[in-house]
Amino acid sequence: MKKTFKLTDLDCAVCAAKLEDAVRTLDGIDSVSVSFMAQTMTIETSRNIDEIMPEVVRLAAKIEPDCEIILK
Amino acid sequence: MTKKLKKMLYKIIAATVFFIAALLPLPEQICLACFALSYLIVGLPIIKKAVLNIKNGDVFDENFLMMVATFGAFAIAEYPEAVAVMLFFQIGEFFQSYAVNRSRKSISALMNIRPDFARTEQDGQWVEVSPDEVPSGSLLEIRSGERVPLDGVVTAGESSLDMSSLTGESLPRLVVKGDEILSGAINLGGILHIRTTGVYAESTVSKILNLVENASAQKARVENFITKFARFYTPVVVIVAVLLAFLPPLLIGAPLNVWLYRAITFLVISCPCALVISIPLSFFGGIGAASKCGILIKGSNYLEILAQAEIVVFDKTGTLTKGCFVVSNVLPEKISAAELLETAAHLEAYSSHPIAVSIRKAYGQEPDLQRLSEIKDCFGKGITGKFDNNEIILGNAKMMREAGIKIPEVPTCGTVVYVARNGIYIGCLLIEDEIKADAANAVRQLKKVGVIQTVMLTGDRENTAQKVSETLGLDCCFAELLPADKVQKFEELFLRKTAGGKVLFVGDGINDAPVLARSDIGIAMGGIGSDAAIEAADVVIMTDEPSKIAKAVEISKRTLHLVYENIVFILAVKFVVLGLGAAGMASIWAAVFADVGVSVIAILNAMRALRFYK
Repeated sequence: MKKTFKLTDLDCAVCAAKLEDAVRTLDGIDSVSVSFMAQTMTIETSRNIDEIMPEVVRLAAKIEPDCEIILK
Repeated sequence: MTKKLKKMLYKIIAATVFFIAALLPLPEQICLACFALSYLIVGLPIIKKAVLNIKNGDVFDENFLMMVATFGAFAIAEYPEAVAVMLFFQIGEFFQSYAVNRSRKSISALMNIRPDFARTEQDGQWVEVSPDEVPSGSLLEIRSGERVPLDGVVTAGESSLDMSSLTGESLPRLVVKGDEILSGAINLGGILHIRTTGVYAESTVSKILNLVENASAQKARVENFITKFARFYTPVVVIVAVLLAFLPPLLIGAPLNVWLYRAITFLVISCPCALVISIPLSFFGGIGAASKCGILIKGSNYLEILAQAEIVVFDKTGTLTKGCFVVSNVLPEKISAAELLETAAHLEAYSSHPIAVSIRKAYGQEPDLQRLSEIKDCFGKGITGKFDNNEIILGNAKMMREAGIKIPEVPTCGTVVYVARNGIYIGCLLIEDEIKADAANAVRQLKKVGVIQTVMLTGDRENTAQKVSETLGLDCCFAELLPADKVQKFEELFLRKTAGGKVLFVGDGINDAPVLARSDIGIAMGGIGSDAAIEAADVVIMTDEPSKIAKAVEISKRTLHLVYENIVFILAVKFVVLGLGAAGMASIWAAVFADVGVSVIAILNAMRALRFYK
């Protein structure tokens, strides 16, 4: 399944790329795209997305502590 | 301004005040204290970030560059420079965030089609609820000046709708009971009652918003390249700076202070921020400008391909022509044209065939069903019946031959409907698919923006196709193609382009899937309301105007031009100052300009993309 999340305070395109690379390494992520301009993260996964999100959030907090993923 | 930006601004102001104080002729200790304060206010967040990155195993980024450069400046007692580098770096960052935020807002404003509420009936009263809470089949009321929240069918009322935010079309559209209306339009006239035909998530508005919001997830090649470039470039610069600082003093015993200064200059200039911000910003602006024109581009990568368009292939029906038939000529034989049309329109009174509809439309009045009797539909050939007690036969040439009626040869490229009364031929109607008013202009505009060939593919008859092609000034056309032939012809077209050129396909999104998939870019026309088209195409033109394709190519070209302009400008300034810095001819101040100043200029330049819709 594919889902897009809003982000806040993502500062630059390099940070977006870093976040993207990090999340891609997680298990079960088929594709991920972080857009600095739109401040969104689009995740495609074969796993249940609600299961995978806590991992993504934890990882993101480590890489970019300022940036918050808005789950809804 | 966001909270974060405000905080940043206060910090910058405070640091600037201390910085200026430090430059005043005050006792040395006070000056030093002011420098330290100023540095800590703006520098601490950067150092924190750099340290965090190192912890994450990702050492080299712009924060690290700035930290090392300023530490170095302190080491050689260049205090004003150390503080200035941090301060200006933060000012640059502030300006970047501000500019990006503003662009984001302008784009949402360009795409301001999100409805705030839906007014639905509950217990006999109208209440305002969120559009996504409205079930399919609900009754809604839309008052003057309000946005249509969900797609639906008008059940009562009459009004005109402003569709401009959906289609870019400025003329209001008149709607009456029974008409389907799309969410996102604005009601300009009286109260409308509609019955919704779906839920919000399936509505036109949410489809469009989704598309635009997801557009930046598909990144352009240049964009990816620059982000990758930045990540190799920074470590390289750091290594060069280290060599620059220590090699000359070690090898030839040059003074360490001088070379350290040069290395610091080098580090400050090399910050890649200008590149990594201004490029996505340009693409984002270009996509925003296109959506303002009613052109939805599904990603920056498509913008890049559009700019290289060399061959544009059109599917005829629904793209260059309206896909609906009109009576183009009435050729009566020994009776009046009006009488012939009246007879034909009455015979077609019960039929829903597009040709029948066009004849009734040309007649312009309601057929009087009392005057008709014994109507019989001979499918695929025509209709027989009695009109005012005369035996009428109406149909194609085959139908006439079978009835033994002599008909003249009619040279035409459209469809001919023959009419006979009491066994005698009384004339015929010529029916053609109307060419869109905008189509010829579209072909001209495409040439103007650099498209080399315009091609038409159609399943229609050869002479029909030829005529359309000539009228529009297309370079070539292929007629009488079956769907499978279209793909094959399309393959042949790929051989005609140059290596870097791209082939665009424009269709109405119906039955085009194989060709859409094969093309470099599939463009769907008039895609609004058609799920299949929005799904399958890479670019959706919301209006009926084929000239929007030229506009899309133009916007893409201008955006790409802007991107390359920025890349060249940024790199040129940086390399020149880098060279000068290494040679000892540029001060840290020049480096600050090469970094922050260039960023600001590049970003201002990139923001121009937002205005490309004009």
